[in-house]
Amino acid sequence: MEPAFAQFTKETGIEVRFTFGKDTELRERLKAEGQYTPADVLFTVDAGNLWLAAEEGLLQSIQSEVLEKNVPAHFRDPENRWFALSLRVRTIMYHPDRVKPEELSTYEALSDPKWKDRMCFRPSTKVYTQALVASLIATHGEEKAREVVEGWVANNPTYIDSDTRILETVAAGGCDVAIVNHYYLARLVNKDPDFPVKPFWANQDDRGVHVNVSGGGVTTYARNVENAIRLLEWLSGPGQNMFADGNFEYPVNPQVEPHPLIAAWGAFKTDTIPVGEFGRLQAAAIKLMDEVGYK
Amino acid sequence: MGVWSALSLLIASLVVLPIVVVVLALLSPTPEVWRHLWATRLPEMLSNTGVLLVGVGLGTLVLGTGLAWLVVSYRFPGRTLFDWLLILPLAMPSYVLAFVFMATLDFAGPVQTALRAWFGSSAWFPEIRSGGGVVVVMSLVFYPYVYLLARAAFHEQAAATFEVARTLGHGRWEAFCRVALPMARPSIVAGLSLVLMEVLTDLGTVRFLNFPTLTDGIFRIWHGMMEREVATELAGLLLLFALAAILLERRLRGRARYYQAGGRGQGITPMRLSGWRGWAATIMCTLVLSVAFLLPVGQLLVWAAGEVTRRTPGALDALYWDFTRNSLVLSGAAAGIAVILAVVLANGVRLSGQRLTRLAARWATMGYVVPGAVIALGVLIPLSALDHVLNDLAGRWWEGAPGLLLTGSIIGLIYAYVVRFMAVAYFSVEASLEKVTPSMEGAARTLGASPGRVLWRIHLPLIRAGMFTGAVLVFVDVMKELPATLLLRPFGYDTLAVRVWQDVSESLWDSAALPALTIVVAGLLPVVLLIRAATLGSRSGPLLHHPNREASNPLHEG
Repeated sequence: MEPAFAQFTKETGIEVRFTFGKDTELRERLKAEGQYTPADVLFTVDAGNLWLAAEEGLLQSIQSEVLEKNVPAHFRDPENRWFALSLRVRTIMYHPDRVKPEELSTYEALSDPKWKDRMCFRPSTKVYTQALVASLIATHGEEKAREVVEGWVANNPTYIDSDTRILETVAAGGCDVAIVNHYYLARLVNKDPDFPVKPFWANQDDRGVHVNVSGGGVTTYARNVENAIRLLEWLSGPGQNMFADGNFEYPVNPQVEPHPLIAAWGAFKTDTIPVGEFGRLQAAAIKLMDEVGYK
Repeated sequence: MGVWSALSLLIASLVVLPIVVVVLALLSPTPEVWRHLWATRLPEMLSNTGVLLVGVGLGTLVLGTGLAWLVVSYRFPGRTLFDWLLILPLAMPSYVLAFVFMATLDFAGPVQTALRAWFGSSAWFPEIRSGGGVVVVMSLVFYPYVYLLARAAFHEQAAATFEVARTLGHGRWEAFCRVALPMARPSIVAGLSLVLMEVLTDLGTVRFLNFPTLTDGIFRIWHGMMEREVATELAGLLLLFALAAILLERRLRGRARYYQAGGRGQGITPMRLSGWRGWAATIMCTLVLSVAFLLPVGQLLVWAAGEVTRRTPGALDALYWDFTRNSLVLSGAAAGIAVILAVVLANGVRLSGQRLTRLAARWATMGYVVPGAVIALGVLIPLSALDHVLNDLAGRWWEGAPGLLLTGSIIGLIYAYVVRFMAVAYFSVEASLEKVTPSMEGAARTLGASPGRVLWRIHLPLIRAGMFTGAVLVFVDVMKELPATLLLRPFGYDTLAVRVWQDVSESLWDSAALPALTIVVAGLLPVVLLIRAATLGSRSGPLLHHPNREASNPLHEG
């Protein structure tokens, strides 16, 4: 983020001051600070977090033709309170020596017993897992989603609370398939071009691969609304590559080319469920995972 | 009521306020979420918490007491070095040891990779992401609490008592079990209770190693399910656990009081361990020290050196110095304030002798068993209300608003630290204040000195060691503290611990190494001072003033 902000300041003369924090904590703080908050913009890495921030009245609806043009409709709030700026694809990863891509198809198919003791998953505490399960609920309804997750659990996955470590474990032979955000693989491939794990774009024959977002919105009590909007607009246009490429994320703006390293993985179809749904169904997803014993 | 009692009451109410705010949330329980919890996660969280309390309790008891007895009562190669070297793991936050172990010992780590290269399989290797892994990590970093207090207690014991037991025909082992250990029990149990509190409030270790406990549950429910209320109610449940630990401690200590008649004498004469037995002792101490401290620090050094040579941002540049300075400022301020308040509080309790003041003091030390994040919430809610009032008033009387004076600065954060670690400062101060003979004060008062003057001229000089110990312990604790820091730090005010947390969440071990190492090194400085105080103090008093049992039980009156 820092280089993108620096570039924005260079081009516009608008200074950007920022702090990082866990999403819940930032929201609690915005809530506590109320009208006295020094924050004009809230950036966060998960659609659920953006949805919640909007739900709790922390973000305001803004008018911007630039943002509406640059950000596809299912990647922004219907009331324009937040906009995705980059895409994070959570998909299936496999070790080509032990798995043929033809064996893979969908997230749902990973509940097949043939994957028993062969998978590495992220625990349910991670919002990435929550959003994926929320998308299953949004697609299939709770009953069918429960069957899928029960099938995963029955396959006795190894739970590791780090996508990078999951990929390293796949590479070392600890598991054969995993569900991981694409940019973690990109980072490892960037360091070691021979890193032996491949991405598989899930659900290409039906709804498309599960996509989460990073994005932002203008806070309800922002003092510099105009500058805040300018920052968001700049990030959705000229700043797209600076915002997305640093972390190998896909630009939200379809006009912008992704970083060559991930562009090499080819194009894919994405799920078009409005990403805000992940926030609405997050608590239900956690409950479901608790009930079926997903760690 | 005197000025001192009033001051004590004021301090105690300020310290207890955030906890009360959190406890008040218990009055409106959320039944449907509780039902869900009972049916799913809660049994596991409860049993995991229990497993850790028992496992880490036993682990630190054996390690701490065993090592303390070894260095106090035997002579073996390297004993004088180990005497203080064994304190070093105190500087290592448990979450740092957890991530070093995780990065090196899990399936993809170098150890198992090497094992697979040699033997073809590492399937037999124990899983580090497990309850066993957490017990090992926590026992290794928390045993110094028991070690320090047990060691001081063994040192204090006059040789006479022990020798009498020996002359009466008891073997050395028997004399240890029947005389030395029972006499040291209050200290050992005090150390143990500190350990159990650490176990109950830990977040990083259990999260990194996949072993959800009640504290982890608070975060899971608060952050995941957005049920802050339920999270707060779960915190209430955690307090019950803490209370149980305290009651257990009282039982273990029993009603017994042990006094050392006369002077301290020479202490137990160490027996020489000859031949292989001496070397076995050396190897045992080396092993514990290596696994808990030397090897992990070595690994951190290797990672950090790599980062520095690659010139990764955050490695020894301006950014890094910012984190370091922020951590030092926070730790120093919190330590200073906590100790000053503790002195006033303890002095008030001593002077008034009223039930109310004593009770207030006990409640004021409650923060030690409440997770940092819960205290942070308790601080955030009233302080932000106050901030709003201030801004409204300022807006009415003058033009413009001053902004968030309390929650937008480090004031709120330091407040949270003081609440969280008041017990540490208070117990140290109180324990050494108790050692001052009342006759001395009586004499001074008879000669016409005011209570303030007595505190300044007589008590303060005498309890300097206790204040120093308290400040040192608070300093190290704040340096390591994570959850409250994450929640309350002002915009752009990152600390070393925050940096470690962020990097480890992304598996950036190399990048987490330098800030982690800095926390360890900063934690070492006070430990070194502690050791110096110990070597000087072995003539004048005990090294670590153990928490006073009465005061460590805020809910017990009488």
